Amino acid sequence: MNTKVTIAGVTFQNPVMTASGTFGSGMEYGEFVDLNRLGAVVTKGVANVPWPGNPTPRVAEVYGGMLNAIGLQNPGIDVLIERDIPFLKQYDTKIIVNICGKTVEDYLEVVERLGDEPVDMLEINVSCPNVKEGAIAFGQKADALYNITSQIKKKAKQPVIMKLSPNVTDIAEMAKAAEAAGADALSMINTITGMKIDVYRKKFVLANKTGGLSGPAIKPVAVRMVYQAAHAVKIPIIGMGGIATAEDAVEFLLAGATAVAVGAMNFVNPYATVEVVEGIEKYMVQTGVEDVNALIGAVVE
Amino acid sequence: MSQKKKTITKVWQQTEIAPQIFDLWLETELAQDARPGQFVGLYPKSGAELLPRPVSICEADKTNNRLRLVYRIAGKGTKEFSHLKAGGKIAVLGVLGNGFPLGKAEGKKVFLMGGGIGIPPMLQLAKELSAEKQIILGYRNRDLFLAEELGRYGTVYTATEDGSVGCRGNVMDAIRENGLNAEIIMACGPMPMLRAVKKYAEENGIEAYLSLEERMACGVGACLGCVCKTKEVDRHSHVHNARICTDGPVFEAKEVDI
Repeated sequence: MNTKVTIAGVTFQNPVMTASGTFGSGMEYGEFVDLNRLGAVVTKGVANVPWPGNPTPRVAEVYGGMLNAIGLQNPGIDVLIERDIPFLKQYDTKIIVNICGKTVEDYLEVVERLGDEPVDMLEINVSCPNVKEGAIAFGQKADALYNITSQIKKKAKQPVIMKLSPNVTDIAEMAKAAEAAGADALSMINTITGMKIDVYRKKFVLANKTGGLSGPAIKPVAVRMVYQAAHAVKIPIIGMGGIATAEDAVEFLLAGATAVAVGAMNFVNPYATVEVVEGIEKYMVQTGVEDVNALIGAVVE
Repeated sequence: MSQKKKTITKVWQQTEIAPQIFDLWLETELAQDARPGQFVGLYPKSGAELLPRPVSICEADKTNNRLRLVYRIAGKGTKEFSHLKAGGKIAVLGVLGNGFPLGKAEGKKVFLMGGGIGIPPMLQLAKELSAEKQIILGYRNRDLFLAEELGRYGTVYTATEDGSVGCRGNVMDAIRENGLNAEIIMACGPMPMLRAVKKYAEENGIEAYLSLEERMACGVGACLGCVCKTKEVDRHSHVHNARICTDGPVFEAKEVDI
C-alpha cells in the first residue's frame, strides 16, 4: 500500500496534516498523538514580530462548529526559529510554517528569515478574517493575491502554498491568480466569516463581533471549493474544512485534494489526526485501493 | 506532570443539590492526577455541540477512582449533562490546567473564597490544605450548596445577595462584617468578585491566587482562545497574554490584569 503523496517535490508519508492555528507548533497535541505519524505539522501563523491578538471572548460555539477571532496572536519569527522548529525537527514529519503579516514587507521578512531553516514548505496566510490589516486584504482580490504571491515567490527558498479564503465570489479565479503568480500549491479553505449574537444580553458573543467559522458545518462548502479549484488549476491542493474522520478526508481527496488537514476537530477529538491517518489506510484496504494517489480527483462525474 | 487524555468515563451518581446546580460523580482514573484548582473538559454527545465544557474539580476520591464535579446549567451542553444517570457514559478530557499552589499557604492564616459556581473547587482545596482556613462563600440565596461540607475543613462565613443567610452582599462584605484578616488568599468566582479580591489583596499587601475563567475551545493550550492579560511578557506567548487553560487557570493576582 502506498500512502505517500508529493507536493512541489516534497514527499509526505501520508496526506494528513494539521490546519494552521489549531495545533500550535505541535507541542500541546504531542501529548495526545505521535507526531511521527503525521504527514506534516503546519504551524500557527507567525509574523515578523510578536502579535498580541484580539480581546476576549475570542471563541464561541455554534451549531456544528465554532467561531474564532484569535487575531493571529503569535510569538514572532524569532521564537518560532529558536523554540518551535527545533522541537518539530525531533519528529519524522514534514514542517510547514504558516506566515502572516500586515504588509507585504512583513511577509517577505519572515520568508527570508526562514530561507536557511529546516522548513519543508511555507504556507502564506492571505485569508485570516480576524485582523484589521493584512491577511485577508491580500486574499480577496485576484490582483492583490497575484501581487503578493509573485513577490513572495521571488524571495522564498522553499515551495510556497497560498492559503485561500472562502470569502470570495469566485474561488476558481483566486486559484488561477495564485497559480499564475507562481504558487507551488494551494490550501483551502480558511474560515468563513460569521457572527453570533447573545439574544438575552443583546450583545455580540465575540469581542471582535465577527469570527471565522470552522468545523463540520463548513465541510460541504470546503469540498465544493476544492473541487472547483482543482478543475481550475494544475498545482496541488491541500483540502481542509471540518475534517473529523477518514471518510471526510477521502471526500476531499476525491474532490481533487492531494492532501488534507485536520483543524477545529482537534479540539473535539485530540486524537483526530492519527485516527484519520489510520482510517485512510483502512478505507484503502476495504475498497481495494493500492495507492492513495489513485483517490485524488477520482470522483465519478 | 501526568499525561492528558480524552477518556470515556462512567457516571457513578448525579444529584441536583440546588436549583440548576448538579453534583456529578464520575468513575475515572483521572482522579489519581487531580489537584485542587484543576479542571476537566466534558464533551456533549450531540454532534451539534462539539467543544469540551470546562468544569472545575470539586473532589478527587483517589481511593475509589472517582471525580466529583459540581456545575451549573449554563447552556445546551450542561443541560445535556444534567440528564446523565448512574451507569451512563460521558467523554472527559483531563486533567487540565495548574491548580492552586498549596505550598504557599501551608500553615498560614488563609482565606478560601468562592463565589457561586466558583465554590466547588474550594472543597478539594480545603481538604488538602493544612492551614488556618477561613472559608468565605458567596451565594445568590439560601441554596447554600457545599457549605456544610466545607464547614468540616474550616470556619465558614457566608454572604447571600438577597440577605437570606449570613451577611447581605458578597464575599467582600462578609470579610468586612466579620472583621476577618488573612496572610494569603485563594479565590474562584465571577470576574467582578475576582477584581474585588485582587484590589483587596493589593490594598492590604496580601498574596492572592485567583482561578480565572474564559470561553475555551481546545482546553490544552493550542488554540489561544482563552487568554488573559498579563503584567509581564508571558514566557510562552512572548506577548502580554497567558493561556488560562494551560498557564492557569490559577494565577497570582498581581501577575494578571483583569
